[in-house]
Amino acid sequence: MAEISSRNRGLRLFARYLVLALVAVVFMFPLVFMVVSSFKPDGQLLADTSSFRAFLPVGDISLDNYRAAFERAPIGQFMFNSVMITMVTVTLSIGICSLAGFSFVFLDWSGRGVILSIVLATLIIPFETIAVPLLLVVSRLPWVGLDGVEWGWLNTYRVQIVPWIVDALTIFLFVQYFKDLPRELIEAARVEGASWLQVYARIVMPLSGPVLATAAILKSLKMYNEQYLWPLIVVQDEAHRPIMVGLGYFFQLNVAWGELMAYLTLISVPVLAFYLFMQRAFIASIASTGVKG
Amino acid sequence: MKKLTIITSALLIGTALGGPALAQTELSMWYHGAGNEVEGKLIGQIVSDFNASQSDWTVVVESFPQESYNDSVTAAALAGNLPDILDMDGPNMPNWAWAGYVQPLPIDEAKVASFLPGTKGIWDGQLYSIGLWDAAVALYARKSTLDELGLRVPTLDAPWTGEEFMAALDAAKASGKYEYAFDLGMNDMGEWYPYAFSPFLQSFGGDIVDRSTYKTAEGALNGDAALAFGAWWQKLFAEGYAPGTSESPADQTNGFIDGSFAFQWNGNWRAVATMAEVDDVMFLPAPDFGNGNKIGGGSWQFGVSATSDNPEGAAAFIEFAIQDTYLAAFSDAIGLVPSTPSAAQLTENYKEGGPLAVFFGLSNEQALLRPVTPGYVVQAKVFTKALADIANGADVADTLDAAVDEIDADIQKNDGYGH
Repeated sequence: MAEISSRNRGLRLFARYLVLALVAVVFMFPLVFMVVSSFKPDGQLLADTSSFRAFLPVGDISLDNYRAAFERAPIGQFMFNSVMITMVTVTLSIGICSLAGFSFVFLDWSGRGVILSIVLATLIIPFETIAVPLLLVVSRLPWVGLDGVEWGWLNTYRVQIVPWIVDALTIFLFVQYFKDLPRELIEAARVEGASWLQVYARIVMPLSGPVLATAAILKSLKMYNEQYLWPLIVVQDEAHRPIMVGLGYFFQLNVAWGELMAYLTLISVPVLAFYLFMQRAFIASIASTGVKG
Repeated sequence: MKKLTIITSALLIGTALGGPALAQTELSMWYHGAGNEVEGKLIGQIVSDFNASQSDWTVVVESFPQESYNDSVTAAALAGNLPDILDMDGPNMPNWAWAGYVQPLPIDEAKVASFLPGTKGIWDGQLYSIGLWDAAVALYARKSTLDELGLRVPTLDAPWTGEEFMAALDAAKASGKYEYAFDLGMNDMGEWYPYAFSPFLQSFGGDIVDRSTYKTAEGALNGDAALAFGAWWQKLFAEGYAPGTSESPADQTNGFIDGSFAFQWNGNWRAVATMAEVDDVMFLPAPDFGNGNKIGGGSWQFGVSATSDNPEGAAAFIEFAIQDTYLAAFSDAIGLVPSTPSAAQLTENYKEGGPLAVFFGLSNEQALLRPVTPGYVVQAKVFTKALADIANGADVADTLDAAVDEIDADIQKNDGYGH
């Protein structure tokens, strides 16, 4: 009897893994197609789309598309720009949004509930609706640099960083997490004479590893993968363009499909590396926030 | 001391020699061809030649991806950040002139008298832009297909009538040799729709908008002629003559070459590649559905931004760029139609007897500009959606009526766009 039960359990497990494996394969198809296609000439790539050959590295395989992609667009520059903009934005965002969350949760100031509600209400405003007003603002902002005061932030890195540092979702993540921290710790530190800044730096932040990882992951993916419209309208010079704008270099009258796949493969590398490095935190963050990346 | 004297002299000589270069005023120029290596080299050559040819101006080019170029220009106009020289797609020019992005082009119009009509951007009676090339669309066919199906070869003087054209499609369909008799490239739902398909509507006697006033589409886009066009258009897809909007890019690119399509409606930018694959390819004129055989005209053109501090310098560059040698160089490299007959004679493909000479004739004799109105940018999108909907089975009359309402509402909202 126990043997039958054990065999049934084994069969159920096998069936479950089989289904999961099939689902995984389906989800892997686009990635496999992208990578495999990046090694094929356009004629073969298009011809293969009507068969399973589209997912197999067969036929005329070469690195020609990669070579041509590097000639067509300054890929290294675009990737540097995106990685740099993402890293700076995420670092500043975590610092400032965690301070905001700390203030909303632990500091006692009048109107904080109303202000927090207003901040959270901005979550429902799509960026497209504020893009033009924001463009008009940043095109007239001053900046003090080595050459003195300059007017207008267009064609700079800062115009791609500063507007994205503070966002309601990141603040919300910190507020929710801080609410669950034990109050006794904070009160004990205050009784011992710690300033609020010391409480933030020495008590709260060291206990906030999970939310820091969550905020960093979600923000990084947004900054790296979704920066298209804004740089399109505030950056006119090639030297400051991020990778997503670079996609347009491959959509000519005759689309360079193979080169496009090579470009997509290349720009996916940092995301995949980041994912592999942060895999555990990534899964935990989705589980804890219910937000899909 | 001697050493110091030598260094000082060298500096003085260097400064003197560098004098004219330092006096050059920089002109910024935006171009839509980022990622297009061939165009980039040609534009770079023109700019380099211009900069070396005189001592007053230095042009500096910034290239943008074509698909997002218009958005970048619109944003820059809002932010007051336009360059001196802009390139623009011909049908968008009236909108940009009306919106104040560009100013009339201060060059002698006698210098562009011989240019193809589709290469000149004229709005409100003034020249705003000029193009180094035009594009043309033709009916791609194989000589062997025409022979097998017993079809006569249509010419510019004697194009196929609508009935002849449908008879050709019926013959191709009945032969059973082709997956589809005709390919229209329906997967490309951008400017291709109004550019490539509105000439069919115009050949039926309709139009996107009433060109006599440009204040309504009533009657033009939903009159009897437009309804006849709509019924014909829907029949192409409903009865399996042509692949619909779900056509894959792969089929669109390879279908004519691999023999899946008997005929294809395609641009001259695909002609060189097709000739390399299909020995007996022919480029036939558009059929005549009763009101003349027509194709779309107007491609990318250069103009001067309204905010340029140096319009004379910008115009000097544009005058320099429209030399026949450059028109011919663009044509040879990309396969586009050169803007002048004299430039055409300098090219491999468009000179008399050249394999693509027919396109020059098509551009010169069949080309009809898309509606020359600032409202075109909206009308083009409405027209595109209507044609896709009809192709997918929507009621023809209802769809065209709705399109007319949308176009008219936009015209009213914008106070008639200055007409």
